[in-house]
Amino acid sequence: MIGSPAEGGAGGGAAARTVGAPLLEVRNLKKYFPVEGGILRRKVGEVKAVDDVSFTVREGETLGLVGESGCGKTTVGRTILRLEEPTAGQALFRSERLADEGLAGEGTMVDLTTLDRERLKRVRREVQMIFQDPNSSLNPRMTVQQILTEPFLIHGVGGSKEEIEERVVTLMGQVGLRPEQRARYPHQFSAGQRQRIGIARALALNPKLVIADEPVSALDVSIQGQVLNLLEDLQVELGLTYVFIAHDLSVVEHISDWVAVMYLGRLVELARGEDLYRNPRHPYTEALLSAVQVPDPDVQRKRIILEGGVPSPANPPSGCRFHTRCSYAPQADRMPRCNTEVPELHRAGGEQWVACHFAADLDLRGVEVPATG
Amino acid sequence: MASDRSTDSAAATVPATSGRHAPLLEIRDLKTWFHTERGTVRAVDGVDLAVGRNRTLGLVGESGCGKTVTALSIMGLVPPATTAISGNLLFRRKDGSEVDLAQIDPHSRTYRRIRGGEIAMIFQEPMTSLNPVYTIGNQIREAIQLHQEKPAGEARERAVEMLRQVGIADPEQRSVEYPHQLSGGMRQRAMIAMALSCNPSLLVADEPTTALDVTIQAQILELMQRLQGEFGISIIMITHDLGVVVGMADEVAVMYLGRVVEHGPMRPVFKAPRHPYTQGLLRSIPVLGAQVRQRLQPIEGLVPDPRATPPGCRFADRCPQVMERCADEPPLFEPAPSHLSRCWLSEAGG
Repeated sequence: MIGSPAEGGAGGGAAARTVGAPLLEVRNLKKYFPVEGGILRRKVGEVKAVDDVSFTVREGETLGLVGESGCGKTTVGRTILRLEEPTAGQALFRSERLADEGLAGEGTMVDLTTLDRERLKRVRREVQMIFQDPNSSLNPRMTVQQILTEPFLIHGVGGSKEEIEERVVTLMGQVGLRPEQRARYPHQFSAGQRQRIGIARALALNPKLVIADEPVSALDVSIQGQVLNLLEDLQVELGLTYVFIAHDLSVVEHISDWVAVMYLGRLVELARGEDLYRNPRHPYTEALLSAVQVPDPDVQRKRIILEGGVPSPANPPSGCRFHTRCSYAPQADRMPRCNTEVPELHRAGGEQWVACHFAADLDLRGVEVPATG
Repeated sequence: MASDRSTDSAAATVPATSGRHAPLLEIRDLKTWFHTERGTVRAVDGVDLAVGRNRTLGLVGESGCGKTVTALSIMGLVPPATTAISGNLLFRRKDGSEVDLAQIDPHSRTYRRIRGGEIAMIFQEPMTSLNPVYTIGNQIREAIQLHQEKPAGEARERAVEMLRQVGIADPEQRSVEYPHQLSGGMRQRAMIAMALSCNPSLLVADEPTTALDVTIQAQILELMQRLQGEFGISIIMITHDLGVVVGMADEVAVMYLGRVVEHGPMRPVFKAPRHPYTQGLLRSIPVLGAQVRQRLQPIEGLVPDPRATPPGCRFADRCPQVMERCADEPPLFEPAPSHLSRCWLSEAGG
């Protein structure tokens, strides 16, 4: 019954996407925030918000980055864009713009983490961000027209005033806003429409890569669906590549080709979406999936209730950071390893990587495909 | 319009009223209107609901549909100066008497006894409802002493015991800590401990897990189910999360623009939704494992301005199955036993 008329229009867009070479390669990315204390504000410790994260995003694909609050997923996105300066590691991005200008060095990959301000500014035309809360990311004193014109002015592109204005009208149409409303201010729009303005701004300069940080989690159910469809349509239309950061596993499954699961600053699992959801290899992924409330009374799943909350990232557990909540670790033959040795992300067969010492021994439960009908 | 509504509520046999058990709370034709400078907002506009003993009613809808205002009306927490409440809120008290909460002064002694003592409420963000300058234990003790005559020492022991019951480790230590020292999940547990400390018969939970992470959400929902069994309470679970409703509710009411548009036992509402709005909501969201790369079918358009609710069916301008008759507002039909739908399509049992 649920969603039965969906079959007709199913997946039409997805098949049309072309997937290409790596567009973004994140290698051993680290971001430590200092913790200051005492009257002299000396550094007394550090929060390892992102600790040795690596992944690759190929052109035209979507990588979903999931995890609970405080796991570092937002910091990964912000560090790639250099909204935060990384502590270590590389974020290699294939910049056609810099390559065309002969500024990319060897190959066409540039390391975003070491670019000087001038080059970074140019690359930012190709890498854009969509934020969770359009209320705080849109200037309330600017009209939509001004908000969407600003990127062109900052980068000195877009041609004459008339050409930019024409482009603003096109952009508004692309994201489903009425161009006649361009003289309005953000507060005159609904939350869903404001998120569309945020999306239009991100797309203004024809980016290749869009980092979307919880773009639908502040929206009402019916509006979430509208914005997800819009993001999918734009991906096909404009050949976009997404890093989609979210905590909602259903939304991430829907939109992502690849999914990376983070826990306390580290990747615990990285795989193709269908593999990760059907056949998780890390106990944390299994627990996360089992905790999702599915709006179908026929889906009865064994729920794994994790004890306690996420430990403080300022003082993470030794060894595997998940071992304090893991239901498989307490066995005598496992614990000595789990609480001393940090598991590295390793290939667990196929296109699936996992950071668990005992991944090969565990028989974990994924999401069962509900019977259609 | 007015006569329309009265036939409406008469025709609508609210599911929980049937059978031997009288409902704990029966809401009849509740209207909560806010008078603002820019017009009257009919936040709740003729709602009939009932909550049975030891049952959970799920109240779902998007922001602005009136689900929270319904809860605040029950609690007597709407600002009286600018609000007009009408209808009945018939609540059966612990002593067996029945009281109409809509008829009594929210500041009266009776209401203050009921609020907290017999009907408790928990909120989405515990930080806004816990006082940051008092310890957790003190706040629970205060709630207990407000409703029960107990010496401070005994009340303090009861507070610690409540914290233990909601699964807080080391409750003695936690009871002398301040709200900011607790994590989000623990604060929500403390809120639940406070709400249940006076043995209420009804718990109104307004988006209790929305601000929490998935794994913590699962913990809190499990806790609420366990406590419902132990304390024998009824729950009104207000949420926008359809998955949470399936996990918790016996019955579901779907609200749209101040009206209940669909109401019935949980299973048929989710498996065979009758109202196009409910159908649309379920198609709007990706379901885990179900619709990989399938295109979502969200409801078109936006929720209309509540100051200018459209005449006729309020969902008509977003409804994919709109027809001529929708210019008149449909009453609640009963297309299947105890399953109500406010849509002309349900008239002939369809």
